[in-house]
Amino acid sequence: MSKNKSEYLINRKDNQYEVVIGLEVHAQVTSESKLFSSSSTKFGAEPNTQVSLVDAAFPGMLPVINEFCVKQAIKTGIGLNAKINKRSVFDRKNYFYADLPQGYQISQFKDPIVGEGKVILDMPNGQKEVGIERLHLEQDAGKSIHDLDPQNTFVDLNRSGVALMEIVSKPDLRSPDEVSAYIKKLRSIMRYLGTCDGNMQEGSLRADVNVSVRAKGSKEFGTRCEIKNVNSIKFMQMAIEYEANRQVDLIEEGKTIDQETRLFDTKKNETRSMRSKEDAHDYRYFPDPDLLPLEVSDEFVNELKKNIPELPDDKKKRFIDEFKLSPYEATILVSDIDTAKYFEEVVAKMGKNKDIKLAVNWITGELFAVLNNKNLEISQSPVSAKNLAILVNLIKNGTISGKIAKTVFELMMDGDKDPQKIVEEKGLKQQSDPKAIEALIDKIINDNREKAIEYKQGKEKLFGFFVGQAMKASGGKANPQLINEILKKKLQ
Amino acid sequence: MSDITKQSLSELVKNIKDKKLSSEEVTKAFIDRSEKSKELNAYITEDYSSALEKAKKFDQKPNLNLKLPGIPMAVKDLFCTKNILTTAGSKILNNFVPSYESTVTQNIWNEGAILLGKLNCDEFAMGSSNETSFFGNVQNPIDKNLVPGGSSGGSASAVAGQLTPITIGTDTGGSIRQPASFTGTVGLKPTYGSCSRYGIVAFASSLDQAGPMAQNVKDCALLQEIISSYDPKDSTSIDFKRNEYSKELTNNIKGKKIGIPKEYRVDGMPKEIEELWQKGIKYAKDCGAEIIDISLPNTSYALPTYYIVAPAEASSNLARYDGVKYGFRAKGENLIDMYEKTRSEGFGAEVQRRIMIGTYVLSSGYYDAYYLKAQKVRKLIKNDFDEAYNKVDAILTPSTPSSAFKIGEKKDDPVSMYLNDIFTVPVNLAGLPGISIPAGHDAKGYPLGLQIIGKAFDEQNILNIAYAMEEKINFKNKITDWWIK
Repeated sequence: MSKNKSEYLINRKDNQYEVVIGLEVHAQVTSESKLFSSSSTKFGAEPNTQVSLVDAAFPGMLPVINEFCVKQAIKTGIGLNAKINKRSVFDRKNYFYADLPQGYQISQFKDPIVGEGKVILDMPNGQKEVGIERLHLEQDAGKSIHDLDPQNTFVDLNRSGVALMEIVSKPDLRSPDEVSAYIKKLRSIMRYLGTCDGNMQEGSLRADVNVSVRAKGSKEFGTRCEIKNVNSIKFMQMAIEYEANRQVDLIEEGKTIDQETRLFDTKKNETRSMRSKEDAHDYRYFPDPDLLPLEVSDEFVNELKKNIPELPDDKKKRFIDEFKLSPYEATILVSDIDTAKYFEEVVAKMGKNKDIKLAVNWITGELFAVLNNKNLEISQSPVSAKNLAILVNLIKNGTISGKIAKTVFELMMDGDKDPQKIVEEKGLKQQSDPKAIEALIDKIINDNREKAIEYKQGKEKLFGFFVGQAMKASGGKANPQLINEILKKKLQ
Repeated sequence: MSDITKQSLSELVKNIKDKKLSSEEVTKAFIDRSEKSKELNAYITEDYSSALEKAKKFDQKPNLNLKLPGIPMAVKDLFCTKNILTTAGSKILNNFVPSYESTVTQNIWNEGAILLGKLNCDEFAMGSSNETSFFGNVQNPIDKNLVPGGSSGGSASAVAGQLTPITIGTDTGGSIRQPASFTGTVGLKPTYGSCSRYGIVAFASSLDQAGPMAQNVKDCALLQEIISSYDPKDSTSIDFKRNEYSKELTNNIKGKKIGIPKEYRVDGMPKEIEELWQKGIKYAKDCGAEIIDISLPNTSYALPTYYIVAPAEASSNLARYDGVKYGFRAKGENLIDMYEKTRSEGFGAEVQRRIMIGTYVLSSGYYDAYYLKAQKVRKLIKNDFDEAYNKVDAILTPSTPSSAFKIGEKKDDPVSMYLNDIFTVPVNLAGLPGISIPAGHDAKGYPLGLQIIGKAFDEQNILNIAYAMEEKINFKNKITDWWIK
């Protein structure tokens, strides 16, 4: 397998294969209540405690659309630069399963609420546009639990009826890395919009991955396989890698690929056949007669458009223009809405004489390292944006050195302490009085006369020794620039 | 008062308001008669002792401002009633007790009525003779071994037999109007969206509509104004201005234009139906209405369209009865086996037939040819009515192509059974209101009904026409109480 800079190709003997990937992402709508009932959607509740008569499909119970979920879907559509369909239709997807109480899932089949759109990915070799085919609203099913009892399956209907957005991409993705970037970008956009929390551990975001391969340069699509319900980016990447190679191997052996649905076994790192095209369910889609077609007015959509926050792409542009950040830095800072918020707060709190580059370095360096180590989100950061801004200013105005700043930063984490106070209490203020430093250096040269002579004779390496000694003598507080200047003068 | 049960609803309400009768007396009278009428098999569930208690409670502190003050009433067993067994006439729900109340029945109790019990019906309202009920046939009070019609057969039998002063049924393709016609009673199928479907066991969601059944038009109008309400819990409920139909009821229909659709003169229609229709036309004229010949060209497609749309929706609506959550469950080796046994044992033959038809017409490869085509034809049928209503205010037709038939007569011939709905299904497909009023008897002395079809939301108009014609027709139901020993 070769990975040159721009292309992900699978090599076999003389043949090179390109991988074609399309995703159906299921994103749970952030909402207090379900798509067609008033039950709570809170994660982690006791089984079957968030189930209404509608969710459990009792006789005579009827769905009533949750307007908030409709707004969320439209907002997401706007975020995906997509066409909002003013008329959409809810259909029934009919199949039997124990955790599907109605015996059908209410979804949108022919007429989804959102049509074609696009998402821009920032890849190392430049930007890539991924087409969105559609976004539709649908109900989630309940959960079957098979391992609590040897004989019985338990059913938890808490999820039953929770609103999902299914976001279908065009087959525009070409590598596991692009898939990763795509998912992250989708998640980022939805988190900016507040329409999906993107929490993959809780199942708020999962995807069906369609994979096919074709000879490099070919325009025809190969036969695709759909890998169902993958719930982490890492697994998606592993599944694609395995599946693409499996398909290439089949082609190389002169065999054909069957269109089928496959499952990814995360333990064995392989995909397995789940059902073939012939066994595919006949879902007997038809418009749900309990619900009228969903019609939204221009005013309704425009009102939502007006209230769309600045999205990652625009924010990135602004960060580059306004703060002179590099595209790389801007990409990192906007990728997550909370990071962007944090950064902007730091910038705001730094006041007039600010060093934005230094702030960026501190956020993406020290702060990210700490968050990573402690497995925290930036929203849970032990150091507030306000105090980080003060710390950066202390460095900028020479009150403390960058090195001391690291010590101060460590101390700040204990209860988000004010760095100014730490510097004062611990006496960490930088020694910037030239006379005091001169006295200090005179003493060191005096104590190390032989070394001073050696230096003067040309052993220039010893300069570092004197800097170190001076630093040590000042307890690390001496202004390093001043030490350098004075030492150079004295050792001439 | 020994003749309490012979009184109309309006008389009973007046007597209770005038304190000539207590709710307890009235309730007891209907319970006594119901007890003596077990042979009709009109009830699936009796709630007599609780009804008596409620009646006594009502009498202690009677609120006489209500529209149904202490009036006892039995309802079709398709309406979910809180803490009362609700079966939909099916084995699969024979142990189902809802924890909730349908909006329509709640509206009734809010006006002071008291539940007597739940009335027999065809299983999931699928039938035209009440013979598909898991709880057995219902006898028509008109004659022994005569079907009362269906699916609201128990309701029709109970009103005609005076086991309840009024009742409610549901009408998907004629299930109120046809049994009303077979039993010499009045039945109204309101405009789709007039009465909430919340809490009614669904048969075909785009067609189902609850409606009143009574002994006369005035009672029917009163009950309609009570049950009709806008309900946000039903997304297909329509928020329109609802009349106080009984107050605004008038027999002055002078100048009303009534259409006679030539396509309803179907092949093989008995002569006495044609004669009844002509009689109806004459009565309408006598009332001052203007008769206009109209055409509803797509009428002949209505029945096949209905028997695609209704089973399609039913096949999906009935998927929830799977033995997992409530109702009857058969033992099975595994989930699929449990489903198959539960549904094979829990559903009767007619319900299974319609689930099969519905599943078939929605299947990939057949959807376009059946379901989609049917939806298009449905639109054409609706357009026919829209067109006709440019010229007329209402349409007069027979309610059914024949009078009531004998139990067992058509049981094994589903197509002949389906033909019963030929005059009623177009109304459901178009979502319009229709009322059946008794208009005469056939040679055997069995009642025959006429149907008046109105514009959407124009219940008042067809009630007025029915009211005026009722006066002219002066129909007397021939009930001999043959079942009371």
